[in-house]
Amino acid sequence: MPATISRIHKRDTIKSVLIVIPSIILIGIFVYGFIGNTIYTSLTDWGTKAGLALHPVKHFIGLSNYKSLFTGFIHGRFRQDLVNMVFYSIFLLTGTLLLGFFLAVLLDRSVKYEGFFRTVFLYPMSLSFIVTGTIWRWLLAPSGGVNLIPKLFGLPKSNFLWISNRQAVLIFNWQNIITILLVPFALIMIYLLIRNILKRNRNKVITYSILSLLSFLYIFVLKNILPPILPFKELHGFKLATIGIIIAAIWQYSGYTMALYLAGLRGLPASIREASKIDGATEFQYYIKIAIPNIRPITLSAVIILSHISLKMFDLIYAMAGADNINTGHPSINMYLTTFRANQFAMGAAMAVILFIIAALFIIPYMLHSHRERQGK
Amino acid sequence: MRKINININKKLFYAFLTLLALIYLIPLYMALVTSLKNPADINLLTSWALPKHINFGGFTQAFSLLKTDVSNSLILAFSATIISAFVGSINGYVFSKNKFKGSETIFTLLLFGMFIPYQIILIPLFQLLKTIGLYGSLTGLILAHVIYGIPIVTLIFRNFYDQISNSIMESGRLDGAGYFGLYFRLILPLSIPGFVVVGIWQFTQIWNEFLWGITLTRKSANPITVGLAQLAGGQAVSWNIPMAGALMAAVPVLIIYIFLGKYFIKGLLSGSVKE
Repeated sequence: MPATISRIHKRDTIKSVLIVIPSIILIGIFVYGFIGNTIYTSLTDWGTKAGLALHPVKHFIGLSNYKSLFTGFIHGRFRQDLVNMVFYSIFLLTGTLLLGFFLAVLLDRSVKYEGFFRTVFLYPMSLSFIVTGTIWRWLLAPSGGVNLIPKLFGLPKSNFLWISNRQAVLIFNWQNIITILLVPFALIMIYLLIRNILKRNRNKVITYSILSLLSFLYIFVLKNILPPILPFKELHGFKLATIGIIIAAIWQYSGYTMALYLAGLRGLPASIREASKIDGATEFQYYIKIAIPNIRPITLSAVIILSHISLKMFDLIYAMAGADNINTGHPSINMYLTTFRANQFAMGAAMAVILFIIAALFIIPYMLHSHRERQGK
Repeated sequence: MRKINININKKLFYAFLTLLALIYLIPLYMALVTSLKNPADINLLTSWALPKHINFGGFTQAFSLLKTDVSNSLILAFSATIISAFVGSINGYVFSKNKFKGSETIFTLLLFGMFIPYQIILIPLFQLLKTIGLYGSLTGLILAHVIYGIPIVTLIFRNFYDQISNSIMESGRLDGAGYFGLYFRLILPLSIPGFVVVGIWQFTQIWNEFLWGITLTRKSANPITVGLAQLAGGQAVSWNIPMAGALMAAVPVLIIYIFLGKYFIKGLLSGSVKE
């Protein structure tokens, strides 16, 4: 008897493998193979001459596409796009998380017509970025729409240029970019170092002290000795033209975080809430001290999904500002223009790889984390 | 005294909530009033005002300009959704009910495909479709949506089947059902809610997709998002037409969302919260 069971089991396993093999092959080629292919393309000069030819000329040129993206004279726009992407992502994340949590707290009580309010807050996310972008472009037109709202309150109308604004704030010189990135990194390392000294975790103390020493070495010594990464001064900053796009994106996705948080808050056992009430905690304290720490997994997945969405800002920017607006650019838009309009495939591939690496920094740890959780179950 | 306070608080609370709801509805209002105006009445200074005369001209014009794109999107969304739902169902059956050694790792490796920025696969995808003669066509676009949909549909079905208790499987086995018998006679009939969730999710995602539409299709196979972006991007068009077009592109997903919102939220949660 056990022999037949194990034989059936074996046959079932073969069937299972046969079922998933097509998916494995397809994902293997279309995801992993294609990623490898794009990485290879980014190391060539494909597209410097007749990129669309049947047998395009390609030479292996190493990392020189990357070098020119970060330090080349003509790629200043790409560097501003990267800066824009950082601001888009930060504002989209903080905006939707805060607003979404706030909306969830508002609805997390017996609210009359809750279904109606939930629907209204969530409907934007069912729409395409192209649809909402088209509408928001009209709303943010310089002499109408949102700019007329102050008139409702008897104030003069606003003249803020939303999409066509050329101003920037928080301006910095690209020559200092490494320092700017290293200062927060060093501060985090010092924080972790102190924490691990207190915990007496020797190995980590060593790692973190080396990392923070190295960053200080660069900031205070190497920076002044090494040649600057750009031979000329190049200013970048937070472009005010992106504010309108950020508002539209937050409007569209705050309902999404609301839905996630609402599900999370409803999932908390009522007894916790009762207990905190008995302990004399106010509602505010309940949310800050008990609810937020308990729904941390939800915040984590929201952050992952939203950072993925912020890479998809391509659609929204395209619809609101067009692909050619320099002030609202994003690396994904630049990648599209470089690859499909200018046919510079290798340079476009390098931009795609940079986007991918940034995304992978967030995704891979998250995936390993959830993989381990599934394994543990 | 206290009761009155609570009442006032309650009223303030609802007033605030209503105000928020109105703010969220502004873009919809704006699209609606602008789409119904006469082109001559459209003026930025009066953009908030209701139309003086209702004019459906924007809708008829937008429809005649976008009708191929709408039908392309309908064909695309329906066929890609149906195919990927079945792929997801059978994959989910394996990864939930017939785990084998290494299946968790394979599952995680499949899921990775869902989180990549699609720019990283765009150039080889474009090249491959060109080589096999599918570049520019709707078939190529359907293929892309089915393949890159595999991770999410597998995930949703796996989570769904995890909730079906294994004892049902056991009793089915005792009744002599084999591997596929269990799937077709036991699991598939229980899968209808799963199919609804996946169907809604994939349909809205595919209907709303833009990047592949603009990079992989020619004019004749453009989906609605591409048609709308080109309509709105043109300078000379009067604004009632793109607004009507935007509403037309919004209607199918809004209907799904309003009537089947419960399932939409389920899809949204299973795409992110992994129990």
